[in-house]
Parts: sequence; structure tokens; C-alpha cells
Amino acid sequence: MSVMELSQLDLLEAEGIHVMREVAAEFERPALLFSGGKDSIVMVKLAEKAFWPGKIPFPLVHVDTGHNFEEVLAFRDRRVAELGARLVVGLVQDDIDAGRVHEIPGGLRNPLQTTTLLRTIEENRFDAVFGGARRDEEKARAKERFFSFRDAFGQWDPKNQRPELWNLYNGKHNPGEHIRVFPLSNWTELDIWRYIVREEIAIPSIYYAHEREVFERDGMLLGVTAVSQPKPGETVTTRTVRYRTVGDASCTGAVASPAATPAEVLAEVAVTRLTERGATRADDRASEAAMEDRKKEGYF
Amino acid sequence: MSGLLRFATAGSVDDGKSTLIGRLLYDSKSVFADQLEAVEKTSADRGDDYTNLALLTDGLRAEREQGITIDVAYRYFATPARTFIVADTPGHVQYTRNMVTGASTADVALVLVDARKGVIEQTRRHASLSALLRVPHVVLAVNKMDLVDFDEAVFDGIVKDFRDFAAKLNLPHVVAIPMAALQGDNIVNRSESTPWYDGPTLLDFLENVPVDTDHIGTLGARFPVQYVIRPMSVELPDYRGYAGTLATGMLKAGDEVVVLPSGRRTTVSAVETADGPLDLAVARQAVTVRLTDEVDVSRGDMIAAADDAPRSTQELEATICWMADAPLVPGRRLLMKHTTRTVKAIVSALLDTLDVTNLESGDATQLGLNDIGRVTIRTSSPVFVDDYNVDRATGAFVLIDEATGATVAAGMVGSTLGGNA
Repeated sequence: MSVMELSQLDLLEAEGIHVMREVAAEFERPALLFSGGKDSIVMVKLAEKAFWPGKIPFPLVHVDTGHNFEEVLAFRDRRVAELGARLVVGLVQDDIDAGRVHEIPGGLRNPLQTTTLLRTIEENRFDAVFGGARRDEEKARAKERFFSFRDAFGQWDPKNQRPELWNLYNGKHNPGEHIRVFPLSNWTELDIWRYIVREEIAIPSIYYAHEREVFERDGMLLGVTAVSQPKPGETVTTRTVRYRTVGDASCTGAVASPAATPAEVLAEVAVTRLTERGATRADDRASEAAMEDRKKEGYF
Repeated sequence: MSGLLRFATAGSVDDGKSTLIGRLLYDSKSVFADQLEAVEKTSADRGDDYTNLALLTDGLRAEREQGITIDVAYRYFATPARTFIVADTPGHVQYTRNMVTGASTADVALVLVDARKGVIEQTRRHASLSALLRVPHVVLAVNKMDLVDFDEAVFDGIVKDFRDFAAKLNLPHVVAIPMAALQGDNIVNRSESTPWYDGPTLLDFLENVPVDTDHIGTLGARFPVQYVIRPMSVELPDYRGYAGTLATGMLKAGDEVVVLPSGRRTTVSAVETADGPLDLAVARQAVTVRLTDEVDVSRGDMIAAADDAPRSTQELEATICWMADAPLVPGRRLLMKHTTRTVKAIVSALLDTLDVTNLESGDATQLGLNDIGRVTIRTSSPVFVDDYNVDRATGAFVLIDEATGATVAAGMVGSTLGGNA
């Protein structure tokens, strides 16, 4: 009998499914962070497969900055309805209104999400939270475990991580502590796109080329929206662009691109020379250790 | 040939390991323009004479400030031939714990040696740990050859020293490559300075080494049950499927199986995935298994080939690597996680310790941080094990401190260094 060879995508998919099943079996109140971005959409796909023909046995959670792309919110709601899943939304606006966080100059809301995320985890007593982070995204994430322990303050201590051996994941924690779980740890951006193409996964339209009014700031193309308006001297032009990540609309830039289908985007990603965060995320550009600092505080 | 290769790197401080990985990423064009720019900027700020490729892999601020690596970091790169996952394990503080972690999932271990220093204690430690963890292939990377004028005799001497030690270890496959990571000699591009060397460059080797899949064909199926799927919906009122990852062997509908610990025998009625039924599942696939008879199966049970099942036991001998600050003493109660099964365990005896730098065994009264030793463990209920030498998947376990939740030991069933342990 000839032994079937598993492709790299088969192996990554199997690993992600394995991790999700471990969590569903060992934790009491897991949840999955679902932003409507492509990585979290792939994560939901894995969850769908992991528990088929049953439903996904945990809720989806969206930490909503209020700075959304409309297409992404619509996509989120459609997908949740399709899955018959429960959606929990944590609003950054609620934390601003309550005075727990304050708007920062420039209007970026990504840094404010940590408070909302931790509050949502606490209010719902989630003990495991799936995130779509990948180790190839960023240097601090390269050191992250699949099961990442967080103390009662939601903090990550990079110098005191549990060793993670074989495929044996340790989810032990005390009440009030929780584990962040990253089933896509070993995926790269290219793998995500290959998988989207292979599995014919629907993602929000803004990932594909479309015409949009944009202006240039710090070398990035920002769309004109309610939360990102050109300053004097910044010229608005209509360009054919697409987004590589979807986050806070006030700081997520588009790239000029004619790639209008999954296959075309895949071809583009395969030859690209800039990391997706470096190209289009103002929040990661703040300093070389920006992500490390935010992660320690409890960010995704 | 599998499209995915996992390798772990090990070296002492200043062996140039980060530079080597940076070079591999850079020469295989896996470094993005903005990453390179950031590294060039940092290099210039620090006053380095050249672009310090090691900075590509140094992740945390404390590491960059101190010029060291704190924790295992994972890197990704791809060539047209393969995709690679690199576990970059630091060579100093916590070296054993980090190396064991990186090696546990590796197909290849890359052991770095500084050509000026040759085989040192750390090299022997890394070789032993690779053997202990049964990493199928070892590359002896003799780095900094430029600093010994690419002298063939120096290289040969180091290779001989290493092979003499490796011979005692049951190390399966060793290949030695002379290189200079700083300039890129024999990493991706063949060096003109080593005309006497006709072996592969590092990347050649990594792209072509067969990934060990022997175990798929030689052992019976072992399927640890992770999760029971019971939709209990209107459409599927009676559906019951056992979800898990096939650890070892192959499984298909019609196979006779035994369910452990009950010992009940039954037949596989289907092996399914969300994408449809499979004719045949192979090790590492995540599937759902359905059985012909209604038998009681829950998480932590194992479905195994009826005529070739692992042994079910409540007492086992194992080699462990202790990873906690407080030493292990006999009588210690812990949790043992083995496949999907977690049981209470008592370390009933310490048999001996192993000095991985010279393979001498000693008497054990306790095991300290990073010590390796043989122990006897009793468990509160049966575990279904094979010797780690025979099957990495069903021979591996971790020990967890129930009070702190910390992972305190990596364990391998049996004496994994053969007669030498």
C-alpha cells in the first residue's frame, strides 16, 4: 500500500484542528476571537472542520474598536448567522464612555483594545481564548507558544513561558487566569492565502482590488472614512487598491494592487517584498518593540 | 517527499547560530525588505561594521540589548522545494530545556561548532540531546571556517571527534558541513574556499533529506481520542464520532480495533473528515473515527490496532529531563500528560542520572534543573505506551506540577539512549 504524503497545508490544518479539539475538551469556557479578518476567518474554518458534523462548541468574540470597515462588519454578521454561532461583542466605545481608557491623540484605537479584550474575557469568564496570531508576523510573536499563559492581569511573561514539547499542550490555570491559544502559530501569510484559495473560503471584499478614495500618509495609502480624513496638504485620489489586513480603519493602510481574485492575490503575496504588518500597520511602526510592549500588557 | 521540514538549531553562545539562520533566510530570499531595513538601521545605530544578520532572529528587546537569545523562537522560510519551520534554541541559560523543546518536534537537528574551538562540552550535550529525543537526522555545522583559513584538516579533525562521540549515541544519520555563516559559505551558495568539500550545502541538504515516515508503515494504528462529537441535533440525533489525530500507523473502515482501557474489540465503520470520508487515514491526520458497535469511549481512551496495540500499564520506566528550579525527589506527586490522557503520577524511584556531556551515569538522590535521569513512575490509571525509541508519539509525555500548573519535565518511555543510559 502506498503511503499518502500530506502536504504542508494538510499538516498545518491538522495541527490547528488538533489544538482546537484539545481546548474544547480541556477548558470550560473557551471563545474564539473573530474580527472578520482573514486569519480569524481561517481559524473559524478550522473550528468548523474540527467539530463537524456538530456545531462549533464555543462563542465568537469581536473586540470592536468602532473604527470598522463596513464590509468587514457585514461579513462578520453574515458568517455568524451561517454558522448558527453565538457572537459576543466587546465595544471599545463602552470603555471610553466609562472612562476606563481615553482616546489618544491621532485617534488610533488599536492600543485601547487591550482593556476591552480583558474586560470581555473577565465578564464572560472565558478561560481559553483563540487568537489568529501567527509567529511569522512579528518578532515577539515568534516566541509565543500555542498555549500562552496569561496571569490574572492578562499579562504575558515572555521570560517565563512553559516549555511546549511534542504536541502535548499544558492548559493548567487557576481561576481568573486564562490561556491564549494560537492554532495558526506555524502558518505564514502565504499559507493563509494558499488555504483560502484551496478551500474557496469567502473573505471580505476589501481584501480584493477595488476603487477607493485614498490619501497618502507616512508612505501608506489610507482610505477616506469617517475615522480617517485627510489633513491639509494630503491629496485625495481614486486608486485601485486592496487591503492586506483589516484592523482599525484609521490606521490600516491599503496597497495599490490590481489583484481582484484569491488566485491573483496569492500570486502577488508569493512575490511580495514587504511583510504585511510593515506595509500597512501604523500601530506596529511606533517603535521596534511596539508589539512586544502591547503583548506584555495583554494585547492579542 | 514531504513539503514540510522542521529543524532545530543548537549551539553555544557566539557560535554564530543567529547569523547562520539570518543567512539562510537572507540568501534564500525569505527576508522581507522592511525587515532587512530595520536590521540595517539597528546595525548602523549600534555601530556594527556589517549588517548584522543575527538581528533578524533576535526577537525581544532584552535580547537585543544583551545580544543573547532568551527563548525558543520559531522561524519560517520556504524555497520552491520545501517549507521550513526552524526552532531556534538558545545555547546558554536553560539550554537543555530549550533544546529538548526544539528537538521534540524536529526532523533534523543542526548542531553548530566553532571551527576554532572544535567539539566542546556543549557540542556533546547537543548531540546527546538530539539522540535522546530521537531526532532522525543531525547536521554537524562546522562554522567560522574562514577563521581557520578553510583548512580541511581542521574540519576533518572536528568531524572525527564528533563521530567518535556520536558512535556511542545511536545517532542515526550525521552529515558534516564546513561553513562560514557571516559570508554565507556553503549555506545556500557553494563556497569557493572549500574546493576539497564535495558534500551538500546546508540548504541542499535540508531540501532533500527524506523526512522520516517509517513509523507510519511499521506500527499498528494508535488513535488517542481527543473529543467525542455528538451533535444531538434533529438531523443527527444518534451520531457519535471520536475526534482525534492519528498518532501512529494507518486506519481505515473495516479495521479491527481494541479500545483501551476497556479492552473491548470492535471494528472501524468509517474514518471521516468535514471534507468527506477517507479511504485511509495516515499518522498526523486529524480525523473522526466511527465504530461499528456502541462501546463506551471517552477522551483519553485509545483506539488501537487489535493485533498490535501499545501496552497498557500503571508503572513505567522513563528517561526524563527535569525543567523546574526546585529539584525532583522520589515520592513526588505530579500530573502526567501522555497523548490525550492526563493522569496522576508518582515518581516512585530515581534510578540514575545521565551526564550528557560524557554519557556517564551516576547515582541519583534528586534531579536538578536541566538534569536528565531515569525514573520509575506509577500512575493512578493505565496509560497506553510504546517505548519512545519505537514511537515518538506514544512514548512521549510531560509532567505538570498540579499546584503551579508549570510543565516541569519532558519524559520519554524507556531508556532512550539504548545501552548507554
